[in-house]
Amino acid sequence: MLESFYDVMRRQGISRRSFLKFCSLTAASLGLGPSFNATIAHAMENKPRIPVLWLHGLECTCCSESFIRSAHPLVKDVILSMLSLDYDDTIMASAGHQAEAIVTEIVEKNKGNYILAVEGNPPLNEDGMFCIIGGKPFVDQLKYAASNAKAIISWGSCASWGCVQAARPNPTRATPVHQVITDKPIIKVPGCPPIAEVMTAVVTYILTFERFPELDRQGRPKMFYSQRIHDKCYRRPHFDAGQYVESWDDEGARKGYCLYKMGCKGPTTYNACSTVRWNNGTSFPIQSGHGCIGCSEEGFWDKGGFYDRLTNINAFGIEANADKIGLTAAAVVGGAAAIHAGVTAVKRARESGDKQS
Amino acid sequence: MARKASVDSAALALAAAHGQEQEAVYIYEAPVRLWHWVNALAILVLAVSGYFIGSPFPTLSGEASSHYLMGYIRFAHFAAGYVLAIGFLFRIYWALAGNHHAHQIFVPPVHSASWWDGVIHEAKWYLFLAREPRKYVGHNPLATLTMHFVFIWVIVFMIFTGFALYGEGEGMDSWQYRLFSSWIIPLFGQSQDVHTWHHLGMWAIVCFSLVHIYAAVREDIVSRQSIISSMISGWRMFKDHRPPDDGH
Repeated sequence: MLESFYDVMRRQGISRRSFLKFCSLTAASLGLGPSFNATIAHAMENKPRIPVLWLHGLECTCCSESFIRSAHPLVKDVILSMLSLDYDDTIMASAGHQAEAIVTEIVEKNKGNYILAVEGNPPLNEDGMFCIIGGKPFVDQLKYAASNAKAIISWGSCASWGCVQAARPNPTRATPVHQVITDKPIIKVPGCPPIAEVMTAVVTYILTFERFPELDRQGRPKMFYSQRIHDKCYRRPHFDAGQYVESWDDEGARKGYCLYKMGCKGPTTYNACSTVRWNNGTSFPIQSGHGCIGCSEEGFWDKGGFYDRLTNINAFGIEANADKIGLTAAAVVGGAAAIHAGVTAVKRARESGDKQS
Repeated sequence: MARKASVDSAALALAAAHGQEQEAVYIYEAPVRLWHWVNALAILVLAVSGYFIGSPFPTLSGEASSHYLMGYIRFAHFAAGYVLAIGFLFRIYWALAGNHHAHQIFVPPVHSASWWDGVIHEAKWYLFLAREPRKYVGHNPLATLTMHFVFIWVIVFMIFTGFALYGEGEGMDSWQYRLFSSWIIPLFGQSQDVHTWHHLGMWAIVCFSLVHIYAAVREDIVSRQSIISSMISGWRMFKDHRPPDDGH
């Protein structure tokens, strides 16, 4: 039998009296009648904490680094009291066979009742040899761990889209999780890394309600990814006014004008940076004077320079943006029309000359 | 359609009987003409405002609260976009409700061998290989082909990608987002890709407009029928008395 929330609270030194107070307070704050105190207490006493397996594939651990900096809720509360994080090879104490045995134990003992969190993605080229965990390709561990999972969390842009290791030409064929595991519900939490509070909030939501928060069509939680950085950017008034940073360290940069012309990807990036911000709400890239690079968007490494407003288009080795291609095409068409007009005029003049003679 | 065609022929015969120098047929009804010029204006506004959304004007100084330049440019773009989209819907309606010339550019007779022969002859005429162009009451086959594939489909593409980008600003619970952004943005990969393709589409329309205006002016001078004045008055005038080649 897994530990219930009540067991954990008791273990952390909370008295039964305090526990019951908490239950009645929760019922009151949810607008429920007094009879619901007992229902909530019953649920807390009997509902087991859902085990979480946290696997690491081809990644840089920036998701974990972000996760451990969560302030609301503090990550210690999440790990110690809310979720039963049974396996996470980066932050767990055990190692080697002892650690790998935990994966087998969870997969076999909690069939259909554990959450699989994946940080990074599996490379598929050379039978997955580019990422080996415990002597086996990561893709095998991923498929095994996913086989009995209740649901999967794709942490970060690696697991969600592929990220830098999947950037052109993607030599290892790094592949996002949803293209390898197709028979399980998957929630994507993209970002490189995702915001710490977004990560802990997603985990908390799933464990509390035992279901995913509302997702958009691409599988991202709407509560954090339904708006673009641009929509809630504090520099938006400068965008609408037509006040832009034209070059780094110019007057506009000092005055905090919009970074649109410096290639800021805020207008095309869905994330919560401009509202939740980073490091306990201290700041976010645009606030520190640098444009958004669009790290939570699919294939953001392959969308031209971080400092270009218009994306370079790669066609048979020639790089140009839409304006250069368009202007060239318009010039060719215009030139051709002018030449054609000239030939027409000459031809007509000659024909009328023929008629007269 | 056959009945309508005989109406055209009767009109021509009538004109000939009265000994008029130029024969004329009423082809572009008022809604088509109105749509054409409103659409042209909308495209002009859209192309110019769209270009300046991608490459904004130099920075304005002073307080942000005393300017709204980008706001006005975007408003012009969105307003003209709605005019173009609603106009296009109306034009589709008129293709069904109007006379038989109204749906010509929507349904090119690609299964007809004689029509393709007309395309080739018109191409030869443009390449100075044919001595004389054929005479058409409606669009010539090459024009029909170009308007169908380069105008109609590019405009449809621009309306769809345009509303997809617009829906992003309107938010995930807007009808624009549900109808367009929700499936078009993932289809292209991400928002930035849709921006780039929408931008390329603008240049395709610019190229089409150059060819369209040049061809209209040139045809007006050297072809056997009127072109520009027809889109103003609705009447197609002919410069000779021989029968037209498009079956009327």
